[in-house]
Amino acid sequence: MNIADFLIQTLNSVQYGLLLFMLAAGLTLIFGIMGVVNLAHGSFYMLGAYLAYSLSSMLGSFTLAILAGVVLSVLFGLVLERVLFRFFYQRDHLDQVLMTFGLIYIFEELRSILWGDDVHGVPIPPLLTGSIPLTDTLSYPIYRLFMAGLCVLLAIGLYLLISQTRLGMKIRAGAFNRDMTESLGINIKLIHAVVFAIGVALASVAGMIAAPISSVYPNMGAPVLIMCFVVVVIGGIGSVRGALIAALLVGFVDTFGKVLLPQVSAMLVYMLMAVVLLWKPEGLFKQ
Amino acid sequence: MTVIHDRRPLSRRLVLSRGAALVGAASSGLLLPEIVRAQGNKVKVGFMLPYTGTYAQLGVAIENGVRMAIAEKGGKLGGREIEWVKLDDESNPAKGVENASKLVQADKVDVLIGTVHSGVQMGIQKVARESGVLNIIPNAGVLAATRALCAPNVFRTSFTNSQPTMALGKPMMDKGLKKAVWITWKYAAGDEAFEGFKEGYTKAGGTIVKELGVAFPNVEFQALLTEIASLKPDAVACFFAGGGAAKFMKDYAAAGLKDKIPLYGSGFLTEGTLEAAGDAAEGVMSTLHYADSLDTPRNKAFRTAYARDFKMQPDVYAVQGYDAGQLLLLGADAVKGDLANKAALYKAMGSASIDSPRGKWTMSKSHNPIQDIYLRKVENKDNKVLGVAAKQLADSGAGCKMA
Repeated sequence: MNIADFLIQTLNSVQYGLLLFMLAAGLTLIFGIMGVVNLAHGSFYMLGAYLAYSLSSMLGSFTLAILAGVVLSVLFGLVLERVLFRFFYQRDHLDQVLMTFGLIYIFEELRSILWGDDVHGVPIPPLLTGSIPLTDTLSYPIYRLFMAGLCVLLAIGLYLLISQTRLGMKIRAGAFNRDMTESLGINIKLIHAVVFAIGVALASVAGMIAAPISSVYPNMGAPVLIMCFVVVVIGGIGSVRGALIAALLVGFVDTFGKVLLPQVSAMLVYMLMAVVLLWKPEGLFKQ
Repeated sequence: MTVIHDRRPLSRRLVLSRGAALVGAASSGLLLPEIVRAQGNKVKVGFMLPYTGTYAQLGVAIENGVRMAIAEKGGKLGGREIEWVKLDDESNPAKGVENASKLVQADKVDVLIGTVHSGVQMGIQKVARESGVLNIIPNAGVLAATRALCAPNVFRTSFTNSQPTMALGKPMMDKGLKKAVWITWKYAAGDEAFEGFKEGYTKAGGTIVKELGVAFPNVEFQALLTEIASLKPDAVACFFAGGGAAKFMKDYAAAGLKDKIPLYGSGFLTEGTLEAAGDAAEGVMSTLHYADSLDTPRNKAFRTAYARDFKMQPDVYAVQGYDAGQLLLLGADAVKGDLANKAALYKAMGSASIDSPRGKWTMSKSHNPIQDIYLRKVENKDNKVLGVAAKQLADSGAGCKMA
């Protein structure tokens, strides 16, 4: 591998890692703060992608579609929290797994009823269609760079929200000691609803911005869900910072594994997870 | 034509009154033989196909095709009425044996038509070999079904996974593309497609520079596209299907490779994915045993009739189902509806020559179609037929020993 190829593969790794982070952030947030294992997280990713598909053709603009999609996802998250998830915070993890596993099937069926089983494409917005030539044969799509940029912005935004704002302080307090926080007059139910909606919106946004390059198709959330859990487990359950480091790590191992060790590349990410768990059973950054 | 199993709960009164009627009728010697004859007269045809999940549309297309072929010839098999039974296999390999056994043992079907998913087919294959039930495979391309695990009572009307890619070699070499990179999902179908490509391409004189793979159903191709760009082959050949295929073509184009290194693939790359892939698919070359745009009177008549009957456009899966129906008709007619006459039935089906919308094909010794494979090019979101890539191509059938 020459130096140019190495640098391009590094770029691929970072870009893939950042997208993984955006996906995993919502999962780790919901787990870390409310203690809910949410297997339906991949379905929110799929929901986002299908929203992008429908809304962009309805509204005629990808930017508008994303904005409308975020609003709808937040509302969807709030409703789901109110009618379902709220009753599962205090229950056993196995109950949560069963409930959210059932949700996967319900969402797939709804998707089939509402949108059918076809593969759909979402056009890349005209401003971002081009590619930047890197070598004489390879170009890099501008849209991928845009995605990476957006993921960085979201990571910074999430960090500021949790560590620097009053809401973030309440969120952290609630995760640390629910009863004490509540007795201090903070509406913990509202906080949880907000966090859940943010988690849903993060997955949904990831699906929306991934839609133009990944296409939109049935069951697209399943492989994503598995990678999300790998990232969350490596990073330490509930840690947003851990999720970022873990996502980048997984991005590098996956990308370079495919090129350098093609025979075992499918296993490498899971081997990484095993090694990390042997070394630090609670993940890299335990909350 | 459809018989719906009567699942109305019986009221006590109904049981009593019918019971009395039955006893009365039986004692007069009229009813019982009648019932027996009525059941014996009908042929039970079981569909074991995916009706939910990713492959649901394929199941529907196949069933439509079968029904259409039989309806065109009067809706009977060798003069006998048909009772249809449907079972959703959910494309779930874990339930393959269980579902096939249910059709054979509980529903007692005479013919089992199925299925789409190769993993589920392995379950059907096991049940078919053990029970001896007639099985017609309308899609699943797993090699073993007509190779090591072939059986006198199992017939395929679709393809083997290596058939389409085997035909890639000649057209690629004709264009002077001597060095190729192969890329696919690393799972059984991908490996079998590679086997076909390797055989056809190296026989035609080409060299495979590198074999690349992504774990199924991972769709993160960027690392491998970078690898392809640095290898600079004359062409890339691939096997992908469904959503992953659309994404691969898009990523390939976005990486700037499309205009520099021509992309070839098994025809499933461009079946049902052209709307999603958009401009990225334009110019992509593929090989398959059918194309919607095939310009023959037979295909046009088929397409018009199918669109009229089912209010949707047929695809390659509908054609495979249609041929399964034709094959079954031909066999049943040869034995005048006596499907128990297995030797004659299998002989007729095994030597079948089918006038299909895809063109004429014959059954190989191992019960897989010997068929033309077309070279197609994507133009204006349609697979345009450029010609025949391989004439009457047969799968090797290696390891098939019919008992």
